Amino acid sequence: MTGDNRFIYMDNAATTPARKEVVEAMLPYMSENFGNPSSLYGIAKKSAEAVDNARAQVASAIGASPKEIYFTSGGTEADNWAIKGAAFANRDKGNHIITSQVEHHAVLHTTEWLEKQGFEVTYLPVDKYGMVSPEDVREAITDRTILVTIMMANNEIGTIMPIAEIGKIAREMGVLFHTDAVQAAGHIQVDVNELNIDMLSISGHKFRGPKGTGVLYIGKMAKIDPLMHGGAQERHRRAGTENVPGIVGIGKALELAVAEMDSESKRIAGLRDILIQKILEIPKTHLNGHPEMRLPNNVNVVFEYIEGESILLMLNRRAICASTGSACSSKSLDPSHVLMACGLPPEIIHGSLRLTIGHDTTEDDIDYVVENVRGVVQKLRNMSPLTPPELRE
Amino acid sequence: MYGEKVMDHFENPRNQGTIEDADGIGEVGNPQCGDIMKIYIKVSDDIIEDVKFQTFGCGAAIASSSMATEMIKGKPVKEAWDLSNKAVADALEGLPPQKLHCSVLAEEAIHKAINDYRTRNGLEPWEETGGHSHHSN
Ligand SMILES: Cc1ncc(COP(=O)(O)O)c(C=O)c1O
Ligand SMILES: [Zn+2]
Repeated sequence: MTGDNRFIYMDNAATTPARKEVVEAMLPYMSENFGNPSSLYGIAKKSAEAVDNARAQVASAIGASPKEIYFTSGGTEADNWAIKGAAFANRDKGNHIITSQVEHHAVLHTTEWLEKQGFEVTYLPVDKYGMVSPEDVREAITDRTILVTIMMANNEIGTIMPIAEIGKIAREMGVLFHTDAVQAAGHIQVDVNELNIDMLSISGHKFRGPKGTGVLYIGKMAKIDPLMHGGAQERHRRAGTENVPGIVGIGKALELAVAEMDSESKRIAGLRDILIQKILEIPKTHLNGHPEMRLPNNVNVVFEYIEGESILLMLNRRAICASTGSACSSKSLDPSHVLMACGLPPEIIHGSLRLTIGHDTTEDDIDYVVENVRGVVQKLRNMSPLTPPELRE
Repeated sequence: MYGEKVMDHFENPRNQGTIEDADGIGEVGNPQCGDIMKIYIKVSDDIIEDVKFQTFGCGAAIASSSMATEMIKGKPVKEAWDLSNKAVADALEGLPPQKLHCSVLAEEAIHKAINDYRTRNGLEPWEETGGHSHHSN
């Protein structure tokens, strides 16, 4: 498993490899079935049918109707469209948007831009597990509120938000509700009707589909403006010739992920629990995110006295790919806004490590990762001026 | 992101540790980046006879500490004082631009350790000449 070219990929929240069935399903639509779905001849019809088929696959995966599924260029476009589209379409009703401090930048940088356009945005705080309180949502809603956007599951710490409760409150108060389900779709059960969701963002590459593919679910009730203007594609709501191979890929990947979800999520959550338990045996190590309401694939911990970028570099030398919230590893030099919102001090955030499990992860991989994390943490603690004497070796 | 030289000093740091009876100790931190560096020096006959470091920080910070200590070991104190962060970065065959400020720490920690040594010995601390602080790059 750790042979010469093998590496252990523990960054499945960043992206996943496309699965074989997905690549095979996509290939014909790059060459022989290259027709433009809008054209009228035979091969074009094949493309149009492939898009329809993918639309049905996605709809059934989230309990929606195919008419409510719109393909986009990814999670970022879906978030931008939902938020800007709802903001501008409902300007006559109000200018207030509610979101949380722990959203992905695809949401936060969009709402920050809307603030410059005259919208008002409330950034709800979270508890120490990164959870938004539904009651806080209720209290933040005013008669000027036009949109609530709260993510379904957090990409850094894996916390699953109380979306059903938030959806119920938004519905009762007559406010549109969008959720960024990029980390949730294909990993945990999602039903747009049960959860009272008006709009929902999905990204293909997070569940073994292709990069640059996404979906925005727009419920029948949601009136939103287009983001892309141009041709009549996607029922006049999202212009641009369809990415037919990508659409086929995201449809297939989501269908397979949902079909295998019960067994796969159970297996992955089992590995997650072993990994968490063994890593927490390292002294002065703490779990980030919620202990139970947590994505099956997510492990996020902080090690006191050491810095995350050096942890990643050393793990990389040992053929393990992972991620951190440390400032020193980010181009912006800002520590993770998610861990900050959870109330962690910056010096602790610097020592954070995210390991996200995937389809290819085995129990042997977990053992190898634990052994190497333990060694790397000790090596860096021996080097750090902050480490207390009893933790040095 | 980092070259081989940086990675070598990062994985196999030279002069890592502490000196029990150090003649000077300098500790500096950069809260923006989260790097903290501590340098211990042992001086005899105006020569840096031994030097050790402890660093909490990123790859650039650890590699810079290792390289800087190697560059001042066995050198006259004044020469050690004159070591610039640019010389350290050059000796490491370059650092990414956003990481240059991490290498400034090594220079600053050495200065602090030298001035600690000077004050302990009744000498005037040397003045920072400026121009090599974080803000200049
Ligand atoms: C929660 C969340 N939202 C949005 C995105 C952006 O998705 P994409 O990479 O498809 O644009 C990501 C992935 O990076 C994410 O994790
Ligand atoms: Zn640094």
